[in-house]
Amino acid sequence: MSNILTVSPSPHTKGEESIPKIMRTVIVAMIPAMIMSVIFFGPASLKIMAVAVIACLLFEYSIQKYLLRVPTTIRDGSAVITGLLLAFNLPSGIPVWLVVAGSLVAIGIAKLSFGGLGQNPFNPALVGRVFLLISFPVQMTTWSANITTTDTFTGATPLGLLKEGLRSGKSLTQIASDSQIPGYFDMFWGNMSGSLGEISAIAILLGGLYLLWKKIITWHIPAAVLGSIFLFEGILWILAPGRFMDPVFHLITGGAMLGAFFMATDLTTSPMTPKGKLIFGAGIGVITMCIRNFGAYPEGISFAILIMNGFTPLINATVKPKRFGGK
Amino acid sequence: MRLEMKILKTFRFGGIHPGAEKLTAGRTIRVLSLPEKVILPVVQHAGSPAAVIVKVGDRVKTGSLIARMSGAVSANIHASVSGIVTKIEETVDASGYKINSVQITREGDDWDDSVSLTPVIKDFTPQEILQKIKEAGIVGMGGASFPTHVKLEIPEGMKVDTLLINGVECEPYLTADHQLMLEKGEEILQGTQLLMKVLGVDRAIIGIEVNKPDAIHSLNNLSKKYVGITVEALAMKYPQGSEKQLIQALTGRQVPPGALPASVGVLVNNVATTYAVYEAVTKNKPLIERVVTVTGKSVKLPGNFLVRIGTPINELIEAVGGMPENTGKVVIGGPMMGRTVANLHIPVTKGMSGIVLIPDSEASRQTDLPCIRCAKCVEGCPMNLEPYLMMQLVEKGMWDLAEENHITDCMECGSCSFTCPSARPILDNIRIGKSKIRKIRSDQQKSNAKS
Amino acid sequence: MSETLIYTIVVISAIGAVSAVVLYWVSQKFQVYTDPRIDEAEALLPASNCGSCGFPGCRAFAEACVAAENMSNLSCPVGGAETMQAVARLLGLEAGHFKPRTAVLRCNGTCEYRPKTSNYQGVKTCIAVSSLYRGETDCQYGCLGYGDCVPVCQFDAIHLNPVTHLPEVDDVKCNGCGACVDACPRLLIELRRQMPKHRKIFVACRNQDEGLVALKACSVACTGCSKCFEVCTFGAIEMQKNLAYIDAEKCTLCRKCVSVCESNSILEMNFPARKIKNEA
Repeated sequence: MSNILTVSPSPHTKGEESIPKIMRTVIVAMIPAMIMSVIFFGPASLKIMAVAVIACLLFEYSIQKYLLRVPTTIRDGSAVITGLLLAFNLPSGIPVWLVVAGSLVAIGIAKLSFGGLGQNPFNPALVGRVFLLISFPVQMTTWSANITTTDTFTGATPLGLLKEGLRSGKSLTQIASDSQIPGYFDMFWGNMSGSLGEISAIAILLGGLYLLWKKIITWHIPAAVLGSIFLFEGILWILAPGRFMDPVFHLITGGAMLGAFFMATDLTTSPMTPKGKLIFGAGIGVITMCIRNFGAYPEGISFAILIMNGFTPLINATVKPKRFGGK
Repeated sequence: MRLEMKILKTFRFGGIHPGAEKLTAGRTIRVLSLPEKVILPVVQHAGSPAAVIVKVGDRVKTGSLIARMSGAVSANIHASVSGIVTKIEETVDASGYKINSVQITREGDDWDDSVSLTPVIKDFTPQEILQKIKEAGIVGMGGASFPTHVKLEIPEGMKVDTLLINGVECEPYLTADHQLMLEKGEEILQGTQLLMKVLGVDRAIIGIEVNKPDAIHSLNNLSKKYVGITVEALAMKYPQGSEKQLIQALTGRQVPPGALPASVGVLVNNVATTYAVYEAVTKNKPLIERVVTVTGKSVKLPGNFLVRIGTPINELIEAVGGMPENTGKVVIGGPMMGRTVANLHIPVTKGMSGIVLIPDSEASRQTDLPCIRCAKCVEGCPMNLEPYLMMQLVEKGMWDLAEENHITDCMECGSCSFTCPSARPILDNIRIGKSKIRKIRSDQQKSNAKS
Repeated sequence: MSETLIYTIVVISAIGAVSAVVLYWVSQKFQVYTDPRIDEAEALLPASNCGSCGFPGCRAFAEACVAAENMSNLSCPVGGAETMQAVARLLGLEAGHFKPRTAVLRCNGTCEYRPKTSNYQGVKTCIAVSSLYRGETDCQYGCLGYGDCVPVCQFDAIHLNPVTHLPEVDDVKCNGCGACVDACPRLLIELRRQMPKHRKIFVACRNQDEGLVALKACSVACTGCSKCFEVCTFGAIEMQKNLAYIDAEKCTLCRKCVSVCESNSILEMNFPARKIKNEA
């Protein structure tokens, strides 16, 4: 035998899981939502998704090569996913330069300044989105008309219409009849106003089920987020149905579905144990509903997820799995 | 039993699914031709080395005692061939370090007079059975090599009600136990009965993974004659064959950390050990041979061999068609928990269940990437620990915190490293942590003892 | 407005004054008396807190010096003779005789002399390799080349040679603190008495195997042939288990052992080159 043998500690075999495989699976899971967004928003949505992805890749490459002087990691696919998820959280009419600004914050600040892949404490796409929302509130809340709607459609999101209506003192039935809050079937399908990726609950659900099947995510976070939204709002609705919308409305409007399946489940920023994930998801649901019902913003899931990201290290440190045979 | 319709039992936490790779499944056990010389290390078991009782130049017969157990946890070692003792000196073992060994050059195959060639079936008392097991130098043949007679002596205050026989063989590639169950099923059941007698239990369960339906059916049919012995099919999951996981799968009981299985009323024995017990009790035959699977993707004629303990492993490799050109690693045991060796002149020992020759293309480790906190290691850990955290603490030298996070509970099954998408050397670091903590605690004990 | 200003100034000044009085009173009442010489002695020490004096840190060593009646057993290897004399002067005692020591690697098994017989993959530290198996060569006693000794040195005195993969000690910076000795899992680093001009003679091998076996693994291994033992007139060499050992306390650096060693296992360092004898 010509070569010498290799000696290493066990195990001497490796499973198929790998980072590129995970990233590819997530991108595939986002395809239904991408398709729906093009159907409802037209070529503008493709433009924003492309700009976000390219900007994220470019920023990651240049910051890593010229500022940090480390080998570049753009090939692992995580920047592509950050770009797509950022795009999913933006309205279709947003100017291109804002998409680029958001990408810079997402990659440069939220991801690379903490050390890159696996080191970020906060979801980068959401950091980018919240930065844009707070710095450019007008552009971030100007909703283009969905291209399938009629001329009389003003373009505001169902949650936006709800918040405005309640603020101006209308009752729920008035809001439903005055404004153009679409029917439940339309909203589930995606025929409403909103960010690129959040409109179609069915598309997101399909993608989410794919991720569950491929074992990229576990059921704990989506179930906890949606479950707590449903429960919290359900209780409020039962107590005061004239003041609070029903829980199903809240599940399919805004970023609830997108947040539950794609944003909150981000591997790096969510807890490591099943119990921890349930607590994490429940926290997100409760905070989201508080903001939606009692806060200034019509939609609160981005803030809720970022707040709970902040709690993740604490959850990891205190919620420990019970070891085999332990008490 | 109809396997398809049942929901099969398995252990609760974690577990992974490496490919089975049972290339040698169904291959009848071949008896390897006797070696010209055997090398018998004085330690082939967990515990203190046996004390050599022969001198250079002595003539020995197959099965005669050559090293006597010494210490509370030890085992006898017997000559596996007849001939002359040529050397008693330190030779290289699987770890590359040296160990005292007795070398015998074979002359014929004369068996010691105490060994009978045909089994003697009679109503042995529990003490007789235990004594024969002790004299025969039987150790756990699933890999841990714990002296069986010590295991069967249940400590004061504990009572065993169930005996479990481990026919799981969850490691990829290995089929030695599988073949033994197919070919020596009756003997294994008799061995089970003998063990039940020693322990004073009336219930025994043989656990077999569902990828061995022939063995399940065969043993199930044979077991009908025996009172109290049942066969359970288990779902395929690694590490099903690990003692604590098997106990949980078959009985639902969890052995507390640091405690013996007897503390929850159970005892586990491997099928090969059980067969050796049968031979020891009915024939007075000491443990001098075992079945070894020699296999690998590039191996020409992989197979299961009955080989005398002490045979140099290069003879086994010759028997399967020689070492393939592209061999990168030689693994003793299975690929998940086995150890790699760099030198082929080491002998077969009592705990060696397989030799896997891994080709170059699979032998190199992948480059590791940063941890992405995906929690796959936490999901996969059968002891419900947090491997990513333990690795991080070891890397930073935070030994106290590592101990608090129960790093010593880790049984080094390798599920975490196997499943990590970033190919991180999680188990390597956990091992470093465990040995460092052991050293710190033993240093502390020593300095406490002094003061 | 000026009222607010005056009021603010008065109140804040009052709080400051009261706090100052309280703090002073507390610091006086709860003061622990320490011998001021401990602080002075500590200031003379090198502040490396390496522990090689046998005490947990420079402060503890200073306390031990102040408490001692006799300083003959107290020695700071890092500070050296100068430091000990300064401390002795401060305390009015006699400094012990200072024996400087330096670290030496008892292995010369480079890739050239000691071929690689297996390829290791795993965590690249010496402790990881040595607990797994004998190492990438056939010598189970030799240096593993992954440099566990390098990061423990506080004084930048030991570095891994990139060609030979063996650590090399910088004699000027090494002060014999012993951190590298503890770090080596093979116990290959030894502290030996420092000789003038940093000259050293030592057996660069710890192989206890029989001669032929040792040579097969490494061509500069000590075979235990005893030629050095026989030629040494100062009784500085002892033989044990196929291995020679040169006692630095007895060695006079005459170099006779170096010339008789057939496997070149005895190394001499920092000597002038020998004159080459003409072959007759």
